Amino acid sequence: MEIRVQNIRKEFSRYPALNEVSLDIRSGELIALLGPSGSGKTTLLRLIAGLETPTAGRIFFGDEDASSKSVQERNVGFVFQAYALFRNMTVLENIMFGLKVRPRATRPPATEIRRRAMELLDLVQLTGLHKRFPQQLSGGQRQRVALARALAIEPRVLLLDEPFGALDAMVRKELRKWLREIHDHTGHTTVFVTHDQEEALELADRLVVMSQGKIEQVGSPDEVYDRPANPFVFGFIGESSSLPVTVENHELWVGGRAIGLPAPHEAAGDAKLFFRPHDVELVEDGAALAGVVVASRRVGGTRRVELEIGGYPDRIEIDLPFDHPAAEKTRIAFRPKRWRVFESAKG
Amino acid sequence: MFEAETSVYDSRRPPQPPEHHTRPTTERRWIKWLLIGMAVTFMLLVLVLPLVLVFVEAFRKGTEVYFKSFTDRSAIAAIQLTLLVAAIAVPMNLIFGVAASWCVARYDFKGKSFLITLIDLPFSISPVVSGMVYVLLFGAQSAIGPFLKAYDIEIVFAVPGIVLATMFVTFPFIARELIPLMQSQGNGDEEAAISLGATGWQTFWRVTVPNIKWGLLYGVLLCNARAMGEFGAVSVLSGHIRGKTNTMPLHIEILYNEYNFAGAFAVASLLAMLALVTLLLKTLLEFRYGDELAGTRRH
Repeated sequence: MEIRVQNIRKEFSRYPALNEVSLDIRSGELIALLGPSGSGKTTLLRLIAGLETPTAGRIFFGDEDASSKSVQERNVGFVFQAYALFRNMTVLENIMFGLKVRPRATRPPATEIRRRAMELLDLVQLTGLHKRFPQQLSGGQRQRVALARALAIEPRVLLLDEPFGALDAMVRKELRKWLREIHDHTGHTTVFVTHDQEEALELADRLVVMSQGKIEQVGSPDEVYDRPANPFVFGFIGESSSLPVTVENHELWVGGRAIGLPAPHEAAGDAKLFFRPHDVELVEDGAALAGVVVASRRVGGTRRVELEIGGYPDRIEIDLPFDHPAAEKTRIAFRPKRWRVFESAKG
Repeated sequence: MFEAETSVYDSRRPPQPPEHHTRPTTERRWIKWLLIGMAVTFMLLVLVLPLVLVFVEAFRKGTEVYFKSFTDRSAIAAIQLTLLVAAIAVPMNLIFGVAASWCVARYDFKGKSFLITLIDLPFSISPVVSGMVYVLLFGAQSAIGPFLKAYDIEIVFAVPGIVLATMFVTFPFIARELIPLMQSQGNGDEEAAISLGATGWQTFWRVTVPNIKWGLLYGVLLCNARAMGEFGAVSVLSGHIRGKTNTMPLHIEILYNEYNFAGAFAVASLLAMLALVTLLLKTLLEFRYGDELAGTRRH
């Protein structure tokens, strides 16, 4: 089931949570809405579900205009951040709920409902827990019940709102892998919201990076990581260091010195240089960026140092080999191996 | 960090404090006992003593006289009327209370705080004034008066008036119990239900009602106790016609004014027993379902 979001605008008492957002979601893909708090990602998800109505714009499910359909009519499976399991029903009753409330015409017989629910319980690997109540389950188990409950109604699309936000790191990693497996097994179009870019990069077929009610970039994890479209995406995905530069003679200049990086396409003037801390090479003093070490710490297999580059208040972080003898006050000269330059108006 | 946590970490059990260790935020022992003593003394004097005296006075002339008081026709009529009024007022307030709580907890609309103030109004108005309002509204001198007379509808000084007055006075109990409960529960469960395809009605009966059932029961208990015991508002509206428009509290007043103390206290003991039963049920509810009562206020 493909989904098309067309020029959606959503305002909450004049506050624009979403501003002219358009998006095409392909059938069967696992797509992530990624962004910081307030970016509008949860609002967009709820609009697709029908839990909110747009101020302007339309949403299509396949060829149908679903914008005026109620949430019940859209047949979406929604998994809430806080699970929202029905506390007065057992696990099995929770999963059966969606089928039990169907109108008589489309409701399967009771034995069939029960059989399907038990099957789903097996799918989410919670066999044997059907008589428990939600309060008696761990967080990870509750989340799996919530997913089974959403899958029970055979939804056209699965929507997950920060599904692993409330879980601890180990459980989160497990469930990520497991969600991907379930998705590959069932083939549902799945949209999930997260603020954790690691999660998005690991799970999704495509990412939608959002900020302040707008979509900044849509692309595969590789595209978004290696070819970020603007400063926000560069800074949000993966680690980044940035520095104000000037473009002169198709070269980059910092503090009155050329730093040995060509800029053949950029217009002359002020700009901002972005690079990843681990994408640098150390050079002998020359046309390069140079700074003085002010802090250094061991991060995994490398050494992360903070440099003060002449005149600039912010510190730049770069990664050095862990056995590099960088101590405070050492002068280090380096050049980024891969970088992007964005004109200052956007920076 | 390394003290008591050698047991397996269970996220469902609250952390147990180490034994033999006074928390730094507790008062000193004598202050604790002084406060408890003060509270208990106050309760004994103001609550328990009068209750005990009711039973003492009721049985003063012996058990035979006690039971004879209930065979009196006007006493029986009074008891029946009280039960009838409660049987109408409590379910009506249940419906209105749930509807009002739903509006306040689930919707945002202009005038919401005004509605909340209105709900609390019966608590702040003197019951006598509440009764007066109905006399002014439906009495013979009011604008509607002639209309009612033409159709032979009696409200004031008749049973309908008593029911109305009782409903007014007991309205807040259920709403006040449900509003904070529903607000703290949030509408996550209801959203989940409709996302799974349930209609509004199905969501209400299968999801909302089970979630609020303990608050509802609590509210109904309090509402009922007050409905049966209401005096002021009903007194203004009733007309005091023996055998017809007297509820139990009114009947007690009549007996007392006739110096029939044994009879008065005998009927009063029924109300006192109602109070005790209400208290017992409340305590039982809290005892058995205290965790849930507290739990349903949180996720």
